[in-house]
Amino acid sequence: MEPLTWTGSFGTFLDPIFWVVAWVFIAAVALQIIGSWVLPPVAESINLDGTITRTMGPNLAIRMLVKASLLTLLALCVLYILAGMFTPLGTVGIIGAVAAQFAPVWIALVVTFLVSISYKRRLGLYGKLFDSTIGMIGFALLMFWFYTAVFVGLFDMIATHDPLTQLSGMKNKLPGTPLRSPEEGQFSYYLLGGDNLARDVFSRMVNGSVIVIVIAPFATLFAFMVGITLGLPAGYFGGKLDALLSFLANLVLAFPVILLFYLLVTPEIVATGIPNYMAMVLFVFPIIFVGVLLNSRFYTRPKLRTPLLSGVLLVMIWVYLSAISADGTVINVLPGVMDLFNINSGILVVFVSVVFVNSPTVFRIVRGLVLDIQTRDYVAAAQTRGEGPWYIMLWEILPNARGPLIVDFCLRIGYTTILLGTLGFFGLGLPPESPDWGTTINDGRKLLSIYPHPAIVPAFALLSLVLGLNLLADGLREESLRD
Amino acid sequence: MMLLTALCLTYIVFFLTNMYPNLEKLAKTQGNFRMSEEAVASFLEDRGYLQPTPVKYMQWLGVMPGFSLEKEDGTLLGKCVRPGISPEDTPRFCGILQGDWGFSTVAKEPVANVLGSRLANTGKLMFWVMVVMVPSALIVGVLAGMREGSGTDRSLSTVSILSTATPEYVSGVIFIAMLASTRNGLGPWLHEMGLIEGKALFKGTAKSAMDGITFQNFTLPVLTISLYGMGYIARMTRASMAEVMTAQYIRTARLKGVSFRNIVMKHALRNALIAPFTVIMLQFPWLLNGVVIVETLFSYTGFGWQLVNAAGNNDIEMLLAVSVVSVFVVLVTQLISDIGYVYLNPRIRIS
Repeated sequence: MEPLTWTGSFGTFLDPIFWVVAWVFIAAVALQIIGSWVLPPVAESINLDGTITRTMGPNLAIRMLVKASLLTLLALCVLYILAGMFTPLGTVGIIGAVAAQFAPVWIALVVTFLVSISYKRRLGLYGKLFDSTIGMIGFALLMFWFYTAVFVGLFDMIATHDPLTQLSGMKNKLPGTPLRSPEEGQFSYYLLGGDNLARDVFSRMVNGSVIVIVIAPFATLFAFMVGITLGLPAGYFGGKLDALLSFLANLVLAFPVILLFYLLVTPEIVATGIPNYMAMVLFVFPIIFVGVLLNSRFYTRPKLRTPLLSGVLLVMIWVYLSAISADGTVINVLPGVMDLFNINSGILVVFVSVVFVNSPTVFRIVRGLVLDIQTRDYVAAAQTRGEGPWYIMLWEILPNARGPLIVDFCLRIGYTTILLGTLGFFGLGLPPESPDWGTTINDGRKLLSIYPHPAIVPAFALLSLVLGLNLLADGLREESLRD
Repeated sequence: MMLLTALCLTYIVFFLTNMYPNLEKLAKTQGNFRMSEEAVASFLEDRGYLQPTPVKYMQWLGVMPGFSLEKEDGTLLGKCVRPGISPEDTPRFCGILQGDWGFSTVAKEPVANVLGSRLANTGKLMFWVMVVMVPSALIVGVLAGMREGSGTDRSLSTVSILSTATPEYVSGVIFIAMLASTRNGLGPWLHEMGLIEGKALFKGTAKSAMDGITFQNFTLPVLTISLYGMGYIARMTRASMAEVMTAQYIRTARLKGVSFRNIVMKHALRNALIAPFTVIMLQFPWLLNGVVIVETLFSYTGFGWQLVNAAGNNDIEMLLAVSVVSVFVVLVTQLISDIGYVYLNPRIRIS
């Protein structure tokens, strides 16, 4: 079989158009930047009747050009994707085949956007996101990887091969290489090439997204739980508690992150069980948080409070115990029958260390916000009403601090993704054959100047996810500042 | 306070590196890999590794006499023993307070010697990073912030978001693949056009940069580190510039008829640079992170490379020295940023 080219026969007539439009777009953007300095911002022309017409002059024309070329570019991209989805394999080459593999993701993305945009006025801050272009682009990138992870992780779709299977003769093969002897029902190409152990780069990349999408948001959420549970009282009560907690937070922050990772994530330390003990401590915080949250709200209504609180706490403690206890580690409290799930020890270590690194920063942010909000009138009003300190912290201060916290949450998921990549890059935590992006980049960098594709593909995947989160945070910040 | 932080941190590092599995690994790499349990224990016992951790920590600090043991055959083993120094000259105390940073078990050399040269290498790298990063970040930030919402602002902001979203190991990999390869990317293309002599534009490793820094071997490491920090500083500068440009006194100046160039250069710039100064100072600890990644990626034997090497081999005293240095850097930059903030901001200075 012939190897696939990037855009196939379809590209022979569309590629030149694409490049022309792309260059026009780049030139127009450059012209716009120069134009905003050189050209006058307004052009005035005096009409015969003595009135003055004021237009934007040549700047307007340039702006139209930028917009038109960008839209054409997007339309061409959509065309490639659609053509790839609806024509047989090979007509649109590698790009078409990849687009066809991602078909469920495209459908889910389009549905999400159509539904969200049509109901955006009723959806609060989430709906406002669809008013800003930047926010929409960021959201699209994030959801792209989210849906990819869902379809790969739950339905086993998208990926063309098993991420760990090595096929003979595919070592370091270039993108689009056909399999040497494809079996019945096997996808007959390595779409984005093979890595140095003859595994499919494309399948590894999409499987890596599952690991990132599962760990990064959860780790960030836990870091927020820890940071909020400790930051609220530190800011609200101040005094010795604040001094102690701030000292501890600064202590962790003064550590170079990579040194901390090297100290916590090596197999020797894992054998001592320190990460398990840390997990034991860190995983308590969500229980405390939810318990105090519910109790402070409903303690005046014991009939509702007691069953609700005990039910929620029972479930959470059960999940907590099954999360921390696992066979063969230092902590094994639950009998096997009651143990709901076991977290892979490599993932647990990575998770714990990422939470540990992130929570002091969250703590500092929350503490600062509390110090600011504490002086507001509604806090004084609640104090006069005789509300307890925890009610004020959790139901008066926290909701009013949500704007900056949501924005920081998005940014921090991106940062956590970078940290996960760093761990993988140094070969810490996850097993060496794991398909996550950091490990794959580390694998591929040895032969980088000869065979760049095994490292470049996960690198761009990671870049696009983090970029998406940053753009989303930017859009959210703009929209939340507007009200 | 700083001293307390430094003590706590080094103690944590000390505690973690002195866990038994780590010591076992140390013994096996020092002795041989097929040592039995008992052999490992006696190896560690002889060298004083099995004393309680606080005692060992005191010895490392130099407030307690270093461990020493004389074997039956008359050889002296101990913390203060160095090859080439006779037992009579071996001092009783050898810790940080005596100016002795210990002995690297991997390099077989005193830590101070190794770390000194590594720090010099990293110093060169950091110097060039600062030279590239700070001016470009400030220029980008000021240009974007002086006309908020304009086309320039939007394009430059997008660029800075992109650069903050690109961690060093991603941008480094992309740079090497695009600019330092003899088979792909820009190098062969420029070579065909006759613009450059070699097939690759830059070098993918910085190994030769230890002997002499050239444009070819140092551009990519410097660029990789600068890029990640640049976006963040540029965004801070942009935000502070945009805020200053809406201030009352700028409007007054504009109404007086001062030209836009003069407003930016004489009125706005100084006030807009106060906030980025703190940010630049607080970036140092982050740069340390970038340095570790970039030095590993480009195999440049500096401080970061040494950190990875020491941590990978559980070179306890080297790791401690590394953490002392990095904690020192973090705390000093915090101090400088506080002092500089007061100095730059007249409102705080006067009150």
